[in-house]
Amino acid sequence: MSDATVSLDCPKDLERAPLVGSERKFPWITQAVSEIVEGRTPKWWWVLFLPCALLASVGLLCIGYQISNGVGVWGENHPMGWAWDITNFVFWIGIGHAGTLISAILFLTRQKWRTSINRASEAMTLFAVMCAGIFPGIHVGRVWMAWFLAPIPNANGIWPNFRSPLLWDVFAVSTYFTVSVLFWYTGLVPDLATLRDRAKSRMVKFLYGIFALGWRGSNRHWRHYEMAYLILAGLSTPLVLSVHSIVSFDFATSILPGWHTTIFPPYFVAGAIFGGFAMVLTILLPARIVYPKLDDMITRNHVDKMAKIILLTGSIVGYAYLMELFIAWYGANPYERAAFWNRAFGWYGWSYWVMMFCNVISPQIFWSKKMRSNYIVVFIICQFVNTGMWFERFVIIVTSLAQDFLPSSWGHYAPSWVEVWTFAGTFGIFLSLFLLFMRFLPMIAISEVKIVVPEANPHYHPKPEPAPGTPAPAVAQTAH
Amino acid sequence: MADFLKVYGLGAEFDSAADLLHAAEKIRDEGFKKWDVHTPFPVHGMDAAMGLGKSWLSAPVLAGGLTGLMTAVGLTMIPSFVLYPVIVHGKPYNFFTSPAFFPIFFELTVLFSAFTTVFSIMAFNRLPQWYHPVFNWERFKRATDDGFFLVIEARDPKFNESKTRDLLETIGGKHVTLIHD
Repeated sequence: MSDATVSLDCPKDLERAPLVGSERKFPWITQAVSEIVEGRTPKWWWVLFLPCALLASVGLLCIGYQISNGVGVWGENHPMGWAWDITNFVFWIGIGHAGTLISAILFLTRQKWRTSINRASEAMTLFAVMCAGIFPGIHVGRVWMAWFLAPIPNANGIWPNFRSPLLWDVFAVSTYFTVSVLFWYTGLVPDLATLRDRAKSRMVKFLYGIFALGWRGSNRHWRHYEMAYLILAGLSTPLVLSVHSIVSFDFATSILPGWHTTIFPPYFVAGAIFGGFAMVLTILLPARIVYPKLDDMITRNHVDKMAKIILLTGSIVGYAYLMELFIAWYGANPYERAAFWNRAFGWYGWSYWVMMFCNVISPQIFWSKKMRSNYIVVFIICQFVNTGMWFERFVIIVTSLAQDFLPSSWGHYAPSWVEVWTFAGTFGIFLSLFLLFMRFLPMIAISEVKIVVPEANPHYHPKPEPAPGTPAPAVAQTAH
Repeated sequence: MADFLKVYGLGAEFDSAADLLHAAEKIRDEGFKKWDVHTPFPVHGMDAAMGLGKSWLSAPVLAGGLTGLMTAVGLTMIPSFVLYPVIVHGKPYNFFTSPAFFPIFFELTVLFSAFTTVFSIMAFNRLPQWYHPVFNWERFKRATDDGFFLVIEARDPKFNESKTRDLLETIGGKHVTLIHD
């Protein structure tokens, strides 16, 4: 614990843990992050990347097979017009929410611990949204007609229905992806300049230099840059809340029992943050093992806070599940009651209980500080959450469609091998992209982490010596 | 060789963000106009120390956002009310159904604002600018690592090579260097 980071009359147990451990200085931070990119490609990287790339190729082959044969190669049928495809879409897009939450909402709420995890989470967001985008694209069947989604008159001169939530979704997801890319790149520019200035070879210097745009850390630039960051955070905050709300409208505006509920938008957003943080931890915990230096930037404190967010959002999701059940009973609509009875005890009842256990019960272990600081426990719970959040979407989509109003129109569903491998393939795509990101771009925002180091505070003085009788200088507390 | 090159300005290095901040205050009070500081991260309070006001990046962003909103209004309303009213399930399709377009209004407002933010910051900062005289200074590489630099340009009316050099040294500048264009 650094003496410089706390005021001297602060009781020991109320001290805030430093955001960067071991009193690291600026050059150490630059070095620790840059050397990941600059060093030779480690063996383990290939050991991970090749299987991931192979899995991604299998996914792409399945997509090719599906496109050339039609959606009939999937297990979808009538009444199951949506099944794994939209489950996977909502699953991935939900994961894509944590990055923007960390970079925008936590920025506006002055949560400075976000600085060391925002870059990697934003990258994860982009890759998750890319994986998500695949599914609505291919599930339309005739992929070459996917341009019918665009807000232009189609081949028959018919304009799309702008009152349809499916069209809103096109706008929401594409805006979300574009704005996330812009936000991410804006944050990257100063760090690309760092890599440019450290580059040994002309080629590397040239490539990073091009994308660094000639950044030279000028304060006349930082002034606008900080404003741009604030504006982008302000724009992204309602945006991230809108995206999953609009995704939930795809369901909520229909009249299908089990979908037609007003609780969906907040419940989907909470679930998205829940699943997103689990995926952030799923990726960052192993990254800390392979790059031990990251320990001082992604500290126990960070993992602890993310576990708390998982606990909070998991409990919100649990509340939403129970409220749905309550309203189904209290609403006294026989179809609604039947839909929820079937969810828990019908054909796919097992998936409901998997969801309940993974999303509501398992994160409750995070009430214990001991469990939150045990990385193995945290990692295992995150896998439960990842599983549970996939099952949540499966439960919503499949159980509602399988048994709706008339028993004569009920139908069973089972995925085909093509669906299973397409979904597995998106994990390959996601992980391959993330591994490439780790290899070529700084996975921690170098310039942002420097801001939260006590020395970055212009009122910081290396050894505060409080004069007797005067209150201790609040030196670096303001730097937290 | 260097004698034939145009002088860009004088650069000085400081030990810490705090030292640079105090140096900037002094340079501001001396009345220099064409000068800048370079830091690895934005230093809190530096804008005031340099005598810079609030960034008005928000002005073009407001304009961009309004353009986005208007685009969305036109994009949804013109086809839905004029060019090709789509009647679904016999539901109404008159002007009072406009709330159904609000999600699109919102998304396009955000999209256009975000693009305006990024393009405006590039315009305000005159980036990309891949060549700049300060890059000729060997020590300047550390500006993106742990170096704190102050550069006064030769075109500043108060610039005088020897006097400015003395000034930079008295306020604690180290490695004061003449930077050539």
